[in-house]
Amino acid sequence: MIEKNEKRDYKGIFIRLCGYVLRYWFLFVPAVIITLLSNQLSLLGPKFSGDAIDAIAKVGGVDFDSVYHNVGMMLICYAMAAVLSYVLAVIMLHIGQKIVYTMRREVFEKLTKLPVGYFDTHATGDIISRISYDIDTINSTLSHDLVQIMTSLYTVLGSLVFMWNISKPLIIVFVITVPCAILFTRFRSKTIRPLFSERSRKLGELNGYAEEMLSGSRTISAYEREGEIGERFNTRNADAMDAYYRADYYGCTMGPTVNFINNLSISLVMILGGILYLYSQKGIVPEGTLFFITLGGVAQFVQYSRKFAGPINEFANILSEFQSAFSAAERVFRIIDEAAETPDKENAIHLTNVKGDVSFEKVHFGYVPEKPILKGVSFNAKKGETVAIVGPTGAGKTTIISLLMRFYDTTDGSIRVDGHSVGELTRKSLRGAYTMVLQDTWLFCGTIFDNIAYGRKGATEEEVIEAAKAARIHSYIESLPDGYNTILTDDGINISKGQKQLITIARAMISDSPMLILDEATSNVDSRTEIKIQQAMSELMKGKTSFVIAHRLSTVQNADRIIVLQNGEITEMGTHNELMEKGGFYSSLYNSQFG
Amino acid sequence: MKLLHKYLKPYYVRMLAGFLIKTTGTLSELMLPFILSHILTNVIGKSVKEVILWGGGMIVCSAIACVFNITANRMASKVSRNFAEEMRRDLFEKTLHLSARQTDKFTIPSLESRITTDTYNVHHFVNMMQRLGVRAPILLIGGVAITLIMDAYLSMVMLAMLPLIFVTVYFISSKGVPLYTMVQKSVDAMVRVVREDVHGIRVIKALSKGEYEHRRYDKVNRRLVGNEVKAGVIMSSVNPIMTLFMNLGSVAVVAIGAYRVTDCLSTPETVIAFMQYFTLISMAMMSVTRIFVMYTKSAASAKRIAEVINTEKDIVVQSKENFPDIKTDAHIKFENVNFSYNGKRNNLSNISFQVKKGGSVGIIGATGSGKSTLVKLLLRFYDCDQGAIYINGENIRTIEKKRFCAMFGTVMQQDFLYADTVQENIKFGRSISQETMERATAIAQAEEFIKAFPEGFGHMLSQHGTNISGGQKQRLLIARAVATSPEILVLDDSSSALDYKTDAALRRALKEGLNNTTTVTVAQRVSSVKDCDLIIVLEEGNIIGMGNNEYLMEHCKEYNEIAQSQMGGAFID
Repeated sequence: MIEKNEKRDYKGIFIRLCGYVLRYWFLFVPAVIITLLSNQLSLLGPKFSGDAIDAIAKVGGVDFDSVYHNVGMMLICYAMAAVLSYVLAVIMLHIGQKIVYTMRREVFEKLTKLPVGYFDTHATGDIISRISYDIDTINSTLSHDLVQIMTSLYTVLGSLVFMWNISKPLIIVFVITVPCAILFTRFRSKTIRPLFSERSRKLGELNGYAEEMLSGSRTISAYEREGEIGERFNTRNADAMDAYYRADYYGCTMGPTVNFINNLSISLVMILGGILYLYSQKGIVPEGTLFFITLGGVAQFVQYSRKFAGPINEFANILSEFQSAFSAAERVFRIIDEAAETPDKENAIHLTNVKGDVSFEKVHFGYVPEKPILKGVSFNAKKGETVAIVGPTGAGKTTIISLLMRFYDTTDGSIRVDGHSVGELTRKSLRGAYTMVLQDTWLFCGTIFDNIAYGRKGATEEEVIEAAKAARIHSYIESLPDGYNTILTDDGINISKGQKQLITIARAMISDSPMLILDEATSNVDSRTEIKIQQAMSELMKGKTSFVIAHRLSTVQNADRIIVLQNGEITEMGTHNELMEKGGFYSSLYNSQFG
Repeated sequence: MKLLHKYLKPYYVRMLAGFLIKTTGTLSELMLPFILSHILTNVIGKSVKEVILWGGGMIVCSAIACVFNITANRMASKVSRNFAEEMRRDLFEKTLHLSARQTDKFTIPSLESRITTDTYNVHHFVNMMQRLGVRAPILLIGGVAITLIMDAYLSMVMLAMLPLIFVTVYFISSKGVPLYTMVQKSVDAMVRVVREDVHGIRVIKALSKGEYEHRRYDKVNRRLVGNEVKAGVIMSSVNPIMTLFMNLGSVAVVAIGAYRVTDCLSTPETVIAFMQYFTLISMAMMSVTRIFVMYTKSAASAKRIAEVINTEKDIVVQSKENFPDIKTDAHIKFENVNFSYNGKRNNLSNISFQVKKGGSVGIIGATGSGKSTLVKLLLRFYDCDQGAIYINGENIRTIEKKRFCAMFGTVMQQDFLYADTVQENIKFGRSISQETMERATAIAQAEEFIKAFPEGFGHMLSQHGTNISGGQKQRLLIARAVATSPEILVLDDSSSALDYKTDAALRRALKEGLNNTTTVTVAQRVSSVKDCDLIIVLEEGNIIGMGNNEYLMEHCKEYNEIAQSQMGGAFID
């Protein structure tokens, strides 16, 4: 796996994250306004209660009118504050969920656009971890914290103005301590960031391992390997938890330390203020000069310092939360930024009315450049012909199929369909021109009907049933209690591999593509059933250019052209009779059944 | 929450220690405002020395708070780390031990998200609970105590709000837990689609179904978000309602205070001080609710984890009294076995056969005829509904798992290869010598292609072995199965991708290399089973023919048909 751009661009990530929030500015702006409003309300409440208490403490008895008035105002304030804070919470919830929704969608849509090779090198569980855990992590901090920062900024600036008015010299304390706090957090963040990245990565690995092993749980059980696999899971589990702990170990120092710096500043303000007051009192500092301060001034300054320090403390906490959001975001963005399949050329041709002439011209290809799989493969398939590909395991048969579908691009040479180089065509139209049945059946969690109808948009019920009948799976489906509405679950126990394959064949039958690819399409179907569907298969192949990889010679035998592939090169090509006459690899394979 | 208790129990002492440290830290931080007001009212204006002294005191308190808080946080983190590790370990182990039926019921995506996000939720809660769960109660209890001393009557007015608050919070959270359970369920669904699409990416691309899949994902994504919002909208109300109650309490205190002051039962100063503490108590309550909301979320997850951990084994080792041994010289014996997956229609009916030690059974039949099911019963993935299966005269229900598994070497359909080296995939975590492994690969006809890899046995497979061909996969799996020279070798359609020649060579090698092994072969090809001592022909779960090749060719129409159908069709690779 090539992790490019190892250097982490945190500023970029931050800006990008803000971009997600700002996309919902119509929610974000009201959220900030409401927060400010409710801050104001939370100040008004105490003010009225103060007035009420003043009315109680009035010399000459309680002023009940004033008390009632203020109590009434308090009720209004608090009720409004409650409503506002609820509205705010709901808005934040919506922003957060909208962001999560968008990110998940982006990641997922990217997944479907990535080249198939990506999935050979990235564990499924890790991908899932990114789309669930990492995105959740981002969400839990992002929207909430950004509003927090916005409103804190307001408080900080407000307090600063007041403090400035009361005593300029005392502010010097903050001129020293605030940069200290900033430097400290910056310094700490540098240590902590990689730890948080590690944490996300390890969790992803753990998830990847769990996913892979769970998919093999039957085998593990049959070999009684639960203990051993459990052990291995545990090393990863311990690793992930250690990474978590390490990030936490250093991360959790941030809040208390910045808090300490704040408390320190207040203490210093107190000391300095006390001294200044003393000198002011004694007249050493004359009234009206810069250093003069009254007792009330000291008290107020301390009050505002606390207000000022609060958000700074909050910042520090948020910052450490941001670290985990950043590492998570980095992993998420890495998928979103992953190079998709090279986009179709600008003026790519949309293949229509496909005839089905396919040609390979000196095609070279290797998944990695050092290991060429195909070395100069050339052949033609004319409209309606059946081409069989034969050869030992690992010769590159399936690779040819992958190139036909343009899952990969050739290293050298070209593949043409109806005279167009496949590179000049839109992928969608090219792939749409083929129907493919693979050895590895793939069905998704949904009804059998949906799984068959997947082969063509807008397939009707009759067509689906027709296809199922042709694939000899109809009566089985009918025997199920829910028939075509039976939901196939993940590793559907009630349905055998052969039956799954028949469903995928039905899916192929419903498609009306002009070309066909059969890669061991009936390997799991018993031969009697195969014979029964043979006719339907021939029907399906009629008039279509077909590429067949099969063990069963009967299928291969009748092909218009048989290609023998050995070591990435075509060693023999011709009809069955021609190749038998030639007496090469093919004929020896063919004869081996009699020897 | 029994689950939490179970896994946190060993850490209670440590948590208590952390709690005390945190308490000390919190108390010394709470000292700060007191010192501050002391300086302002008593010290200031007297002497520089005293100001510095008390100011120094503040700094010391701050430092203590800082150090103690960090220490306590770290301890909390350690506890929750260990807690999560142990819980996840048990959860994973339990998951592996679930029977096939149970796994089907939970489904793999759901099990997966329980191991990951659910465990994470609980982990997070345990961590935060220890951190936030100290300050708030101290403030709450301290604040209430002081107000009680100041004016018990007014305090009661305020305390009267508490039951209201608790009832509301309780009510909301009882609504919240099922909502978060729904959320986790939709996480399962979301994970499922991602998982499916990653596995089926080739098909999706081939059919250009990208947009269709986007819509499919959009549906689960929307549902998940919808459920999150639903739960969130309910849970978000906790905080405002709580604050409102507290504030109403304070309004009541002011109003009632006014009467008490006129009646000379209280003083304005008390009311003022009261309001101060009120703010403190309110803040504490806010933290409490925050913990509460977290609790609600994690309770849903904890429930899901507990569901798995508390699942009773449904495949248990039975006593010999209930399932006595029988006298037989057969190695494997099926006796009137009936089985159904869903309890409605039988998937296997009246299966009886036996095979002697070192013998071989071939099972053949149409797609969906119950071949694999038979094998699964033999391996005891499921218990049969009626009848019994015996190995060496012992009912397989009575054989202890370890001994039972050691008897078998198994290759199943769509078997499991994982991202590791070839060697590791063959050894599969068992202690197998290099020599044995090489012998196994030779028997499995895998030697040649493994040697052809530049790294040989060190060749890395990708997940699910997608980087090797079907035939290579099958041979690796066979090598894995024969590596321990098992008593019984089960091959469920495991040579379908091999060419005729290799298949024949494999059969020969198996016969020679493992002459004491009883083989059970499920196959599509007659050629794969025709040399078996006993061939069973299955149709719709019933045995419709049984005997050796010659016998079946003559007496079993279906078998004959299958054989005929394959006559001309040799297999090439």
